[in-house]
Amino acid sequence: MKLQTVSIFVDDQQRALDFYTSTLGFTVTADVPLGEHRWLTVRLGDSAAATEVSLEPKAHPAAVAFADALLEDGIPYCVLGVDDIEREHARLAAAGVVFTQPPTDVGPVIVAVFDDTCGNLLQLAQVKDGAAS
Amino acid sequence: MTGKSALAYDRDVGDVFKAIADPTRRALLDELMMRDEQTLFELCSRLAMKHDLTPSRQAVSQHLDVLEQAGLLRTERRGRYKLHTIDTGPLAQIAERWPPRKDTP
Repeated sequence: MKLQTVSIFVDDQQRALDFYTSTLGFTVTADVPLGEHRWLTVRLGDSAAATEVSLEPKAHPAAVAFADALLEDGIPYCVLGVDDIEREHARLAAAGVVFTQPPTDVGPVIVAVFDDTCGNLLQLAQVKDGAAS
Repeated sequence: MTGKSALAYDRDVGDVFKAIADPTRRALLDELMMRDEQTLFELCSRLAMKHDLTPSRQAVSQHLDVLEQAGLLRTERRGRYKLHTIDTGPLAQIAERWPPRKDTP
């Protein structure tokens, strides 16, 4: 068994596709028209073993309330691991990405939080050398 | 700034003392000093990692409400997030009321 696909609810699938591919560097693994919306999945890297992320339309009213509540309190929806958080922060900030939290040392990891432009916050995390990952 | 200070002076000084009487709220003020415009998530992480305090988010939110009512904290909605910034103005009235005395040994 493996974790094949997880879903992120997004305000707009096309905007999410642009942000997750052009800005974050994900690649598209499926893009299938489904009536009003699309079955749209992306993943990081080339490995088929990598977990896919489904960019789901935020069609259900409960998904809107859920995402808005997390956003208001600055709570990230998921974590992206990076090797050099300062470099990623500089790169993304230069690309116009809005950070609600710059790289912050919280002990074993350094974390930062940014806006995915589609109604979610994502966290960057760099495990410090010597800390158990 | 002047307007805000005047507002703070009109508040009951008791609110300020009540606000800073609690150790978790003092830790929140310490962390609010580190950076302006923090989210609830950041403040909760700071309490957990730097002060070993892990109250629920709801509890932290209530502590922040008390600090805001005492004028020690301002909140601002930027886009869809709520950001918290310290205002040390009300604390000045304590030093003004009981200033340090030079002849005190």
